[in-house]
Amino acid sequence: MTLIAFLGSLEIGLVFALVALGVFISFRIVNFPDLTVDGSFPLGGAVAAAMLVGGWHPLIATIAAFAAGALAGLTTGWLHVKLKIMQLLAGILVMIALYSINLRVMGKPNEPLLDTPTIFSAFSSASVSASWVTPLVLLAITLMVKFALDWYFASEVGLAMRATGGNARMARSVGVSTDRLSLVALALSNGIVALAGALFAQSQGGADVSMGIGTIVIGLAAVIIGETILPGRSIAIATLGCIVGAVLYRMLIAVGLNSDFIGLKAQDLNLVTAILVTIALVMPVSKRYLARRRSAAGAAKKEVSSC
Amino acid sequence: MNRFLRDSLLSLALAGTLAPPVLAADVRVSVTAIVDHPALDAARKGVTDELADAGFVNGKNLKLEYQSAQGNTATAAQIARKFAGDKPNVIVAVSTPSAQTALAATRDIPIVFSAVTDPVAAKLVKSWDATGGNVTGVSDLPSLEKHLAVVRQAMPASKRIGVIYSPGEANSVAAIAELKKLAAPAGITVVEAAAPRTVDVASAAQSLIGKVDVFYEPTDNNVTSAFEALAKVADQGKVPLISADPSVATRGAAIGVGTNYYDLGRQTGKLVVRILKGEAPGKIASQVSTKLEMHVSKSAAQRQGLMLSEDFLKSATKVVD
Repeated sequence: MTLIAFLGSLEIGLVFALVALGVFISFRIVNFPDLTVDGSFPLGGAVAAAMLVGGWHPLIATIAAFAAGALAGLTTGWLHVKLKIMQLLAGILVMIALYSINLRVMGKPNEPLLDTPTIFSAFSSASVSASWVTPLVLLAITLMVKFALDWYFASEVGLAMRATGGNARMARSVGVSTDRLSLVALALSNGIVALAGALFAQSQGGADVSMGIGTIVIGLAAVIIGETILPGRSIAIATLGCIVGAVLYRMLIAVGLNSDFIGLKAQDLNLVTAILVTIALVMPVSKRYLARRRSAAGAAKKEVSSC
Repeated sequence: MNRFLRDSLLSLALAGTLAPPVLAADVRVSVTAIVDHPALDAARKGVTDELADAGFVNGKNLKLEYQSAQGNTATAAQIARKFAGDKPNVIVAVSTPSAQTALAATRDIPIVFSAVTDPVAAKLVKSWDATGGNVTGVSDLPSLEKHLAVVRQAMPASKRIGVIYSPGEANSVAAIAELKKLAAPAGITVVEAAAPRTVDVASAAQSLIGKVDVFYEPTDNNVTSAFEALAKVADQGKVPLISADPSVATRGAAIGVGTNYYDLGRQTGKLVVRILKGEAPGKIASQVSTKLEMHVSKSAAQRQGLMLSEDFLKSATKVVD
């Protein structure tokens, strides 16, 4: 892999680290399988791109993208909590609605940002090349989000939110408003995903209405790979796992793109992705199974020897 | 077991960084497309064949690499970075998102786009002229003027044209805007029906029955995927179906008139060869695909109540059944 390809993978990995952090909040913290992200990721890109082209400051455009994503998450939460629509369905409904909304936001299916100032151009200078600036800025933003989440989940509200996902009935019995916290969690999750979408559009040349396809799979893959590489129960480790998982996932894709030497071709990419995620999903289960068998075998041996 | 997975994932990622360098070849051309799909594949084949005819043969004096993003924009971006790092002589980017990510990745390596409808709106080039920079290419902007002429020739009495398209496809949206502009002076109105998903195509077409004299389908990927559904509605409603994709004459269209993507690839290949021979991409103006083909289906025309004259049939490139 060349340095440029490596930095490019790092860059996209860091964007998807934010997606992974968002997905981590919905899937792992409040236990809500949220498919909204396939719509909120392009929503972030659309809002940021439309505002940048409209002459807004990149920072304001990026923050607005976060807010738009949070609103989308709130909508999903509201559909589930207030209207009692199934979690999966609520997410799907908002996701397909966002497709139309994204077209409205941009006014067309594709908004290029190739000659528009972005949040990254503020940091680039003649002395440092763009292929270094973008990953560095993304690393800074990702770490900021990670530490903010670590802090938040250690606070009283954050702990209550974790209790909501862990055992909603128990949480309610000690006076936690689980409905409200689910809404906050989904807003936060989709806000971060939309932020990722905004950064992706700004670093990759533009927003496209189709750019959300598969976001959830990539986010989930990153979360799961992260959990496998960095097992542990603390939030700080888990959020770090999301970042490491996302970057590693992108490196794996880069291997897929450079894998003439193992005989893999361009068309095998999605299959390889699905297999990797399946392996990562099955791992914890088979580990428990093996452990049980081992302890059973150990017990049997003990019995034999005591005879 | 867990450690095994972790180690194998890490070593795979490491293997990527240590991948062996490519064999030293005279010339390197890297091709990327957003998805694998018949028109885009045909364009790619045209490029390869044109290169071969010019003496650049893959595996001999040319290392030709192809990567498909399989519909995923993030992967497209990553492919663009990989190419930027590999430093090929030319990057061929088939489709708008592929070309945009390629340009975001490199401003040095020559990029030749193909099958991009509006390179100026996509901000790949500042104008259709040679404008410096590292980008040139061939657009598949349909010659709507000619399409409209065919529609009027086949159906002189038509006053209302119904268009079925996916609002998410930049190509189609641009085509409709252009069609409206051309149709208005001729006293023809354009009636739209949006089909965001393939399953919406039939009902979108049905909604136009009675409101239009003829169906026109731009090269919309979504509608092309569900073309048979559209053809069925056209048959039932006795509304002639004319498409901007010649190949669908075998799938139920009465007339298919438009770009031949293989020839478009050939035309793209010619630009690649010029750059390989030393011309700067910034000095080559972007082009529009020139070759139009017209395929006519007699049986579909009959089902849809369209009477075609012998002269019209003679002007077709190909008449099926």
